[in-house]
Amino acid sequence: MKLKSFRGGIHPPEFKQATENKPIERCPLPDKVVIPLHQHTGSPSEPLVTVGDTVHTGKKIGELTGFISATQHASLSGEVTRIACAPHPLARMMLAVEVTSDGNDEWVPLHAASRETVASFTPAEIRERIAQAGVVGLGGAAFPTQVKVSPPEGKRLDLYIANGAECEPYLTCDDRLMREKPRDVVSGLKLIMKAAGVAQGVIAVEANKPEAIAALNTEVVKEPGIALQVMNVKYPQGAEKQLINALTRREVPPGGLPMDVRAAVSNVGTAVAVADAVIRGKPLVERAITVTGSAIAEPKNLLVRIGTPFAHVIEACGGFKEPPAKIIMGGPMMGFAQYSLEAPVIKGTSGILALTKEDVVDDSYWPCIRCGQCVAVCPMKLMPNKLGILVENGRFAEAGDTRLMDCMECGSCVYVCPANRPMVHWIKFAKSELKKAAAKEKAKQK
Amino acid sequence: MVELKEPLVVSVSPHIRSADSIQRVMLDVVIALVPPAVAGIYFFGGRVLWILLISVAAAVGTEALLQKLMKRPITVGDCSAIITGILLALNLPPAVPYWLPVVGAVVAIAIAKMVFGGLGRNIFNPALVGRAVLLAAYPVAMTKGWLQPLWWRTEGFFTSTVADAQGAAFDAISSATPLVKEATPDPFTIGDLILGKVGGCIGETSAICILVGGIYLLARKRIFWQMPVAYIGSFALLMALFGGTRHLTILEEICAGGLMLGAWFMATDMVTSPLTGRGQFIGGLLCGFLTFVIRLKGGYPEGVSYSILIMNMATPLIDKYTEPRRFGVRPGAKRR
Repeated sequence: MKLKSFRGGIHPPEFKQATENKPIERCPLPDKVVIPLHQHTGSPSEPLVTVGDTVHTGKKIGELTGFISATQHASLSGEVTRIACAPHPLARMMLAVEVTSDGNDEWVPLHAASRETVASFTPAEIRERIAQAGVVGLGGAAFPTQVKVSPPEGKRLDLYIANGAECEPYLTCDDRLMREKPRDVVSGLKLIMKAAGVAQGVIAVEANKPEAIAALNTEVVKEPGIALQVMNVKYPQGAEKQLINALTRREVPPGGLPMDVRAAVSNVGTAVAVADAVIRGKPLVERAITVTGSAIAEPKNLLVRIGTPFAHVIEACGGFKEPPAKIIMGGPMMGFAQYSLEAPVIKGTSGILALTKEDVVDDSYWPCIRCGQCVAVCPMKLMPNKLGILVENGRFAEAGDTRLMDCMECGSCVYVCPANRPMVHWIKFAKSELKKAAAKEKAKQK
Repeated sequence: MVELKEPLVVSVSPHIRSADSIQRVMLDVVIALVPPAVAGIYFFGGRVLWILLISVAAAVGTEALLQKLMKRPITVGDCSAIITGILLALNLPPAVPYWLPVVGAVVAIAIAKMVFGGLGRNIFNPALVGRAVLLAAYPVAMTKGWLQPLWWRTEGFFTSTVADAQGAAFDAISSATPLVKEATPDPFTIGDLILGKVGGCIGETSAICILVGGIYLLARKRIFWQMPVAYIGSFALLMALFGGTRHLTILEEICAGGLMLGAWFMATDMVTSPLTGRGQFIGGLLCGFLTFVIRLKGGYPEGVSYSILIMNMATPLIDKYTEPRRFGVRPGAKRR
C-alpha cells in the first residue's frame, strides 16, 4: 500500500515506547469530580442540577444552549457539592459542577439498543442520541459531534475520515483504542457516516502503528463502504486539513471548513464514543488518555472519568518519580501547559504529559537567520519567520494581511527553528490582538 | 496525594524542539570551509594561515568590541563572525599585506553587519562588502597580489612577510588569475584548475575542495541546491551560447576565479539570499547572468562578488514574489 502524506511537516522523535504496549487500564475512581460546563467548542452548557442534588453516574447535568453546544453528564454517583468557578485546563477558571462521590458508582439505567434497532435508526435519531450522550470530538478541539454530522442544507459530504493518525509524540491512547476496540471504531464510523449521509469512509492510521492497522483490517474487510488507509509517519499528519489533503488532494479554503471540500474528520476515539452512545446508550463520562513523560513513575494508558483532577490521575500512575517542571495537557507539539494539578480531565484531554526540568526547553531565542526551514516545513504554506518578525515589532495588521489567520499553531516552525524563535507564541498573541482591534472597530461603528 | 514543590513552567506550545541551533548551523559552514582553506594554505604557503587567523580575529574582535561599546549582549559565540572572517580571507589574494584583512574585517562587521542590527539583519553578505571596499580602496594589493601556486617550495613555507615575498624573488613567484587574458599566467591545465594549482584568491583556487565543502553543506541541508545549480548552470549556458571569443573553455571558466566559491559559499548565505528553493533558483539565475555580463563585457575580469551583492539587493523582492502558494487557494481555480 502506498503511504499517503501532505507537503511540509516534521519528524519529531515519537516517545511512544513508554506506553504503546500498555493496555488501557481503568483509573480508580476519584473522591470527587469537577465537570466544567464549557469543555467544547460552542456555547457552554446550562447546569440542570443545584447544590445538594443527588446524581447517578451518567445523569445529565448540563443542557445544550444553542446549535453548537454539548450536554454534560455526571461521571460519578453522589452529591452535587459545588457549582462555581474552578481551574480549567484550557482557561484559568471556568464554571464547573463538583460531584462528591458516594463510593458506589451507581449508574442511571442505560438504554442499549439491539442490533436490529441500531440498524433501523434514522440519521436524525442517531444525531439525537449523540447529542444526548454529550459526544464531542476527542482529538482535542472538542467540536460537538452531532453538529459535525449535520451538514447544513445544500452542503453534501462524500467522504468521512476517522482520524487515527495520532501524530503527536508521546500519545498512544488512540493507538490502544484501535488495537483494543477495532469493532467499535468501525461501527462508530458507520453510524457517523449514516448520520452525515456519507457513503464512503476511511480510517487513516500512521504507519508506525502496525498492530492497530492489523486489528482494524480484520474489521474493515467486512465493511464495503469503509477503507483503511496507512499514512506516512509525519507531524502534523492528523491535522484535519492536512489529512484531507493527503487522502484526497483537496484543500480546505482559508477560513473554511472541511465540509467546503465535501469531507469531514472525526477522531477514532470519537467513533468509539459514538458507538457507546448510540448502541449502548452510554453517555460520554469517561475517555482514554495517555499519562506519560519523564516525571511520571509508571506511564500508562488510562480510562478516566471526565472531571477527574490531574493530581488523582497522576497518583494512579505511581505519582512523580522526579519533580515535574512542566505539565502539559495533550501532546508536546500543541498541548497546553498547566499551572495547577487541580485542573480536571475534560472531554478534549488526550493525555497528561509531565516533564522534568531536563526536558523543559530553554525559551531564550536569537534573531532570525533566514535559513528558510520554517517556510519549508509549514503545512499551511506560510512564511512563519516573516510573521514572527512582524509581530515582534508590533505590526499586527500587516501580519494579519499576510495570512496570519491561516496558521493552525501546529508548532512545526518553532520545532525546527535553529534560533529557537517562538513563532506560535507570537502568532497566538497577534491573533488575540487582531480580534481585540476588530471588536474595537465594531464598537466604534455602532 | 501528589504535590508540587515548585511552581510549574507555563509556556506556549510546542514543548519540544529539534537539536538544531544557530551555533550548529554556523559550525557546519565553518567545517565546510576547511577544505578550501586548507587548499589555500597548501598552494600559497604559511602566510595564508596568518591571513586567515588575522581576518577571523579581526572580525570576531570587531563584533565583540562594538557590542561592548553599544552595551549589548556579546554574541560572538554564535560563530557567525568566524565565517565572515574566513570568507573574507578566502576572497583575498595571497600576497596581500597582513593589515589588509584587518581593514576588510572591520568594514565587513562594523558597516555591513552591525550597522544593520547584527546577525540576521544585514542586507549584504558582510565578507563581500569587505572585499568590495578593499578592492576600491587598495586596488593594487587586491589585483596584483597573486602568487604562484607552491612558490614556497623554493622560498620556504613560512616566508611570510610581504617584504620577504616581494623581495628580489617576487617577480619569480608572482602570477595572475587565469581570467586575465592580457597578463597571461603561467601555463595551466584543466586538472590544475580543478585541483587548485593556479594563481588566484586564497580560497578560490581548488574547485574540488570547494565542491567537497559544498556537498557537505547540501548533505547537512544548510544550503539549497537550487542556488549553485542555477548560478553555475545559467552562467555556463550563457557562456556556451554567447561567450564565443573567450580564451577559456566552459569548464575552465567555471573553475577559474571566484565562481565556485561564490556559488557554493557566498550566494548561499542564508541571511542575504532568498528563503525558498524557488527563490534561490531565481537568485542563482540572476547571479549567473550578472557574472556572465561582467566577465564578458565588463572592464573587470571577475564579477562574482558584485553579482552576488546585486542579488542580495534583489532578495526581498524575490522573496515577495516566491511566497509559497496559499493552502486552499489554487491558482485559476474557482472558489467553491
